[in-house]
Amino acid sequence: MSPAATTRLPEIIRRREQDLLERWMKEQLSAVSQRRELLSESQLREQSREFLDLVAQAAAKTSLSSIDAPAWQPVRDMLGDLSRSRAIQGFTTSETATFVFSLKQPLFDLLRQEYDGQAAALTEELWAASATLDRLGLYTTEVYQEGREAVILRQQQEMLELSTPVVKLWDGVLALPMIGTLDSVRTQVVMESLLQRIVETGAEVAIIDITGVPTVDTLVAQHLLKTITAARLMGAECIISGIRPQIAATIVHLGVDLSAVITKATLADAFQVALGRVGLTVQRTPPRG
Amino acid sequence: MERIPILKMGAFLLVTIQVDMQDQLAMALQDDLTEKISRTGARGVLIDISAVEVVDSFIGRTIANIAAMARILDAQTVLVGMQPAVAITLVELGLTLPGVRTALNVERGMALLQGEARSSSRVQAGEADGDAEG
Repeated sequence: MSPAATTRLPEIIRRREQDLLERWMKEQLSAVSQRRELLSESQLREQSREFLDLVAQAAAKTSLSSIDAPAWQPVRDMLGDLSRSRAIQGFTTSETATFVFSLKQPLFDLLRQEYDGQAAALTEELWAASATLDRLGLYTTEVYQEGREAVILRQQQEMLELSTPVVKLWDGVLALPMIGTLDSVRTQVVMESLLQRIVETGAEVAIIDITGVPTVDTLVAQHLLKTITAARLMGAECIISGIRPQIAATIVHLGVDLSAVITKATLADAFQVALGRVGLTVQRTPPRG
Repeated sequence: MERIPILKMGAFLLVTIQVDMQDQLAMALQDDLTEKISRTGARGVLIDISAVEVVDSFIGRTIANIAAMARILDAQTVLVGMQPAVAITLVELGLTLPGVRTALNVERGMALLQGEARSSSRVQAGEADGDAEG
């Protein structure tokens, strides 16, 4: 790559900044995908001007090719903030990356004017500018992706916390209403919280209600059996309730042996069994009055 | 070498493990316990492991072995107070301890043993074994 001295880009950007900004703005606003309702024109103009400034400063200090260099840190920070905020606002990846890529057309036009008649120098300058903009564009995509992944991760954790309540139905009777698909991580959390609550409350019976579980495969069945066995080792009994007909068929077809486990159709039936285990009965009393 | 004390309470033996189980200790416990069961003619053994935080496959198997041996010697074994982490470890190791009775604490374990003893003595006395109530 050519050393920093040979590129005239910073100087050109500074000299023709207003011109470049106008053309770039026109380019960005004409892009059909640009979302006016999410980002006002003045905001966009401010962002664009800041970006041009920072690029000119960075390119003046070091070569164009090294966007990982410390001199480019302000540019990276600015693009990072921009990508993150756009990811949260709901822009798509390509809309975010367009911010950088749309600069190509006006910048190249400008360079062509400046290097009129010097084909070799023009090619070199174009190549350097193009490579830099590509890298910056990819950088925005990366940051955007990271932002999105962070959102997904947070939602997953929130769901994990929401979806595993262990409720006390009676003295010595716990219930665990499971909702949603069970995977290894969730089952692990469910298992630990159930066993922990058994120790805390001294419950003798725990009802695992799987009415809200859409499918049961061998792995899920195995996890359930493990939870039940662990509870038994601690001295508590588990009852499974809410098995739907399709799931019953699946369990039998998969060859999962649930014969050692008490299974009941509904949570009410299971609760009745649990009350029997702790020595209680439910009795109807004549209405008062 | 330190040993785990085995206490006699009526027809039952009470073992409380208060230290981290070492292999040597577990083997010694197995020998002592079987010897004591046959000497005292105990009808039940209660092992309290509520203070045990860590088990490995050897300790898990030794516990299962002790229970099996006790059963052959005509004494029921009840394991009480297992910690969640220990229970998960044993299940992951595939040691589900079939045939070992469990309870949440010593009190419930004792009640279980007494219930067993009552029902078996009733059977011996020739009464109908109608109710399974503990």
